[in-house]
Amino acid sequence: MNFVLDAQEKSLLEQIKTKLPEIGNDRSKLIPVLQLIQAKLAYLPAEAIHVVAAHLDISPSEVYGVATFYNQFRFHPPGKNAVKVCLGTACHVKGGDIILENFERKLEIKEGETTADREFSVDRVACVGCCALAPVIVVGETVHGHMQPSKVEGLVLRARIEKEKQEREKQQK
Amino acid sequence: MSPADHQPFQAGFDEIRKAAATRQRAFAEAPVPRIHIGMATCGIASGALETKAAFEQALARHGIDARIHTVGCIGHCYAEPFVIIDHPESGFPPIFYPEVNAGKANMLTKLFLAEGDPRFEHILGATEENDMIPWIGEFSRFNQEKRVVMEKCGHIDPEDIYEYIAAGGYETLPDMFRRSPKEIIQQINDAGLRGRGGAGFATGLKWELAADQPGDAKRVICNADEGDPGAYMDRTILESNPHQVLEGLIACAYAVGAHKAIIYVRAEYPLAVRTITKAIRQASELGLIGNDILGSSFDLDIEVFHGSGAFVCGEETALIRSIEGFRGMPRHRPPYPVERGLWGTPTVINNVKTLASVAPILKNGAAWYRKIGTDNSPGTAIFSIVGDVVHPGLIEIPMGVSLRTLIFDICGGIPNKKKFKAVQIGGPSGGCLPEEFLDTPIDFDSLTEAGAMMGSGGMVVMNEDTCTVDISRYFLDFTQKESCGKCTFCRIGTYHLLTILERITEGKGSPADLKNLAQLSQDIKNGSLCGLGKTAPNPVVTSLRYFKEDYEAHVSEKRCPGMMCRPLIAFYIDLEKCARGCDACVGCCPVEAVFTTRNRKKGIDQSLCVKCGECMVACPPEYDAVRKVSPPELAPIIERPAEPLKDEK
Repeated sequence: MNFVLDAQEKSLLEQIKTKLPEIGNDRSKLIPVLQLIQAKLAYLPAEAIHVVAAHLDISPSEVYGVATFYNQFRFHPPGKNAVKVCLGTACHVKGGDIILENFERKLEIKEGETTADREFSVDRVACVGCCALAPVIVVGETVHGHMQPSKVEGLVLRARIEKEKQEREKQQK
Repeated sequence: MSPADHQPFQAGFDEIRKAAATRQRAFAEAPVPRIHIGMATCGIASGALETKAAFEQALARHGIDARIHTVGCIGHCYAEPFVIIDHPESGFPPIFYPEVNAGKANMLTKLFLAEGDPRFEHILGATEENDMIPWIGEFSRFNQEKRVVMEKCGHIDPEDIYEYIAAGGYETLPDMFRRSPKEIIQQINDAGLRGRGGAGFATGLKWELAADQPGDAKRVICNADEGDPGAYMDRTILESNPHQVLEGLIACAYAVGAHKAIIYVRAEYPLAVRTITKAIRQASELGLIGNDILGSSFDLDIEVFHGSGAFVCGEETALIRSIEGFRGMPRHRPPYPVERGLWGTPTVINNVKTLASVAPILKNGAAWYRKIGTDNSPGTAIFSIVGDVVHPGLIEIPMGVSLRTLIFDICGGIPNKKKFKAVQIGGPSGGCLPEEFLDTPIDFDSLTEAGAMMGSGGMVVMNEDTCTVDISRYFLDFTQKESCGKCTFCRIGTYHLLTILERITEGKGSPADLKNLAQLSQDIKNGSLCGLGKTAPNPVVTSLRYFKEDYEAHVSEKRCPGMMCRPLIAFYIDLEKCARGCDACVGCCPVEAVFTTRNRKKGIDQSLCVKCGECMVACPPEYDAVRKVSPPELAPIIERPAEPLKDEK
């Protein structure tokens, strides 16, 4: 939880706070509220957990208990290039774990984490439902089928080059 | 036809049906080509959005008036993104094109739609019988299926309720309201419908138990919390034909006397959530959901709950806890949910496929349904077949068809001339079955007897290069992560099973481990409350029973027969075959383990190699110099030269 909320995230959280009363505060609203926050912020920062706990009048540990139970919720902000490596059965048989390992090695993070510059995050997902293309990864919204370790390198390199290009263009302006 | 006043609730529905028929006729009779594109998640993943955009642009460019009709998934994953072009003017029947990317879309628009040439080399088949093009109904992948649940999937636009109605949807409602709930339950009982969620409990009986509960604060829940890796039929049904599920849900609610229904669908299925939400809205607008449905004075509210993803929530009591806002942990039964479920009220929970089977039964009768499938398991089963088969995808077959027919006839067998080794059925709760079982008829009871399970219907076909120990480890890794932690045996037992399996796949296992695996598996089954724990050891138990030689090779010879367990394999380069000066493997190695020897051939530094197999793929087929061996000691040692060689100019 070493990520600090930036100004935009803070204001989003404030907005959510004002919306909470109309959602109601019975216990069954806990998961919908967490989903709402994640939909806006893309993850559940520690601050948000406390907001939810105060709203539903339960302890933050209880909120954490529920949030960590479910796979949907994440506690790290996703990277700009959110990589999801499919480890469904078909992808496993075709070497999905090798692809995951390549990302971990290349980006020097573990699955479920985000690089310090927030450029990349790597997650494993159960099945994205295009088993015929195995092994599959999803970057942002784009599905890449028939992955290979060398393609991993290419993807990471391309994203980094593009970022450099953008920065150079910014400086020139 | 008898007049409407003798047939209560019919008049209101006939009006809706008329509107649907008019719209359908306008679509079907328009003298323009129609392009049907499969746009379920799998289609979109394979690029259907780009295909659609390409068609739109190309049609505009050529000034062609055509209708683009987005449909759901037909289950032929190997062909995605698929397109069916119905171009009556050309004189050809509707044609099925597989794997249509943007380029093919451009080409087909220009050559077929504009110039009338259907480009035979890209055709899979025609969707109708004709004299010119082979009919897809002649292919075994198409004609051996029996579609009850998925009948309309891939043929109608899931986002348009009128298309479903025009295809005969919601037809059962007026008739249903004329009958008593008891009669409906009787019909489901007569049909012998068993829950498609995995366990195969009699659906009619479940409804009856709930209907017998006093009061009318009852609830019905559609369980679309599909968490099994590799199974996606529930998602496909919701995305391709949500109304058939709603129709079943309405019948279920009417039969048990519930006025509130919930569809519990995974939030990870955004398209399914969107489609079903839209379907509910459209059905409400037509008065098929809501207060006083078709004037029957029966009220029903349906809402969508976004499940957050936990495999254990497939268990009824866990699912209920999660709707109530807690961790999804199962509780002891009885009381069963039909007595005391969501917020203490009698609750019926049915799987998507179960509910989608209801409307066809009400429409065609129990006797018709009984004729499909076997005596004890009437009806159809849907499998998602993936892995080493030629034509993977979703397949709906009558119960009782043998595994051999399914894998070799319908799905085209194993590609690349490999041998069949095993088929894993039922995902993490199921088991691995060897060749001896290929003639087993597929139904609830025979699969359970063989040690596997119908489960959610995920089926992975594996060829000879697969390691059953590694597959067991994979599933245990999954169940261990998904165990909710309530029962000690499931929480700690699966952890230990996993550690033992990990040890074995690393070549550090001992003969005692095999005994412990068997004993621990039994203990976990006995000591767990819910289906997750009771079935979690199944992959281990079945692979130990049928593929013991795999385990023994790992333990005593430190060898992986399937060459999948990476600690037990090694790659090396056959210097006899390696071509001087070729650098293909060097470029692809992610860890720079490939080096150049003194005579400018290549060697692999075993201390750096991560065994990803990239070099084997990259090595040009005419050299074919990279070898994979197990145990790793078989790889000859090639010394890396002390200093890097200088490039010779």
